[in-house]
Amino acid sequence: MIEVSGVSKSYGKTLVVDGVTLSLPKGGLTSIIGPNGAGKSTLMSMIARLLPMDAGSVVVDGLDVTNVSGDVLARRLSILRQDNHLTARLTVTDLVTFGRYPYSKGRPTLEDRDHVERAIDYLGLADLRHRFLDELSGGQRQRAFVAMVLCQDTDYMLFDEPLNNLDISHSVSMMKLLRDSARDLGKTVVMVLHDINFASCYSDHIVVMRDGRLFLQGTPTDIVRQEILSEIYGTEFRVHELDGNRIATFY
Amino acid sequence: MSPDVLRKTSLVTLSILAVLSLVSAVAFMTWGARGSWSFVLSFRGTRLAALIIVAYAISVSTVLFQTITGNRILTPSIMGFDALYVLLQTVLVFTLGAAATSAIDPRLMFIVEVAAMVGFSLLLFRFLFSGHAQNIHLLVLVGIVLGVLFRSLSGFLQRIINPDDFVVLQDRLFASFNITDGTLVGVSAVLVAGVSVFIWRMRDTFDVLALGRDMAISLGLDYQAATTRILILVAILISVSTALVGPVTFFGLLVANLAYLIIPASRHRYTLPAAVLISVLCLVGGQTILERLFAFDTALSIIIEFAGGLFFILFLLKGRNR
Repeated sequence: MIEVSGVSKSYGKTLVVDGVTLSLPKGGLTSIIGPNGAGKSTLMSMIARLLPMDAGSVVVDGLDVTNVSGDVLARRLSILRQDNHLTARLTVTDLVTFGRYPYSKGRPTLEDRDHVERAIDYLGLADLRHRFLDELSGGQRQRAFVAMVLCQDTDYMLFDEPLNNLDISHSVSMMKLLRDSARDLGKTVVMVLHDINFASCYSDHIVVMRDGRLFLQGTPTDIVRQEILSEIYGTEFRVHELDGNRIATFY
Repeated sequence: MSPDVLRKTSLVTLSILAVLSLVSAVAFMTWGARGSWSFVLSFRGTRLAALIIVAYAISVSTVLFQTITGNRILTPSIMGFDALYVLLQTVLVFTLGAAATSAIDPRLMFIVEVAAMVGFSLLLFRFLFSGHAQNIHLLVLVGIVLGVLFRSLSGFLQRIINPDDFVVLQDRLFASFNITDGTLVGVSAVLVAGVSVFIWRMRDTFDVLALGRDMAISLGLDYQAATTRILILVAILISVSTALVGPVTFFGLLVANLAYLIIPASRHRYTLPAAVLISVLCLVGGQTILERLFAFDTALSIIIEFAGGLFFILFLLKGRNR
């Protein structure tokens, strides 16, 4: 379980995350949605100790992220942020192998190689495994980064907009893959999403943020409602029930 | 490229560089030697050792600095590291006087200088890197401005200093690849060897650091500690090279980027040795050719800075196209 209590963060005088208290259950897929500038990414970075928080605390399975050694946490929790720009020139296999660093410290064992191969296969990168990242399209590169996170094999995986740069078919298979790893392998997946319908169809739990605060949380049935979505985004929404999923339209 | 092919190409490239460096070192020691061999070998041996130490210090410090800044145009020298060294020297001679400064044991003096350098640079660069706005243009600008500030301060002190002291100071700061001071070379060798032990022990973290701050932390690296340690090592290496030959601005940029060019994948286990070997080849080979073919008509530092400067401009332009 990830317990966030009273977490705040400000950049200069702007308060971006304002006293958020939230507990994310273990297991399942949780989506964080909300308008731009709601503090979603900032909150996620603080949970993953990438950003120091001004106030409050984050506890992951009893480990306080600000105190626990980075090494221990890296075997429990991993994060993939939005923009992953590399100066280093790496092949897909090289990058994915870094996912094993918390376990083998740069000297991958045979078991690590197995993990790497599996992660590469999962994300359909088998044909590209020896290509350099700068020779790949944005979507292929995004999949390589996700493969690296999978390879880290942590109980908690955080993704900041994992569907960035992915086409429709790859978005769907990415969501399925992450949902399956939550269901079948007992992983906890938390992601920031912009596509309400992906959040609605694949999440077990949705967290809504607005203006740096926790606005609402609940199951997709609780959240994906006309009046609620309209209030969150300030745009007219229509919600339809289609094949057991709630689909929002807003065009 | 498959891992095996990558490893093979890298190793072949490294071997070729190693052979070329060896050839240039042998040429440096023997070409045009006349008279007593024992004199020639010990005289040239000291200079060769100094050149190799400088080559090693500059290349390793540049590659590591670029790894932690995630930028291939920045070098410690462009960020004003060596200007700081010159300032420290000037302040020392200015406050203590030339006689007192010369009376200090050179080994002790060197160590004190290095310590001051490390302290100062940590303060400066910790401040620069701790900001969340890691704007690279701001960083370069700050570095250049600080470099100018350090140089102007040194210039100012040098103008109001006692003329006798100034002569001594000028002698200390003159950039030259003709070092014959055995003691200084010895102290440098010990320092560089000590630094290398730490670098060797950290070798597995470099590739992870090159992924950038966020990924390094996510993979469980103590980022703050690792970058601080590397900054200290870089500061020591720069002090050593500046103490031996004076400020060399663009050389590190040149050799580091050549190493990235000829080694296909960014693994420090290949790029670091490649940068060192290219650096040795340039300094030792260049010095040999200058001495033997051009009979000392021009200074090596001028040629290297010219080539490095061109390379720097080329890199900036290429970066803008992207």
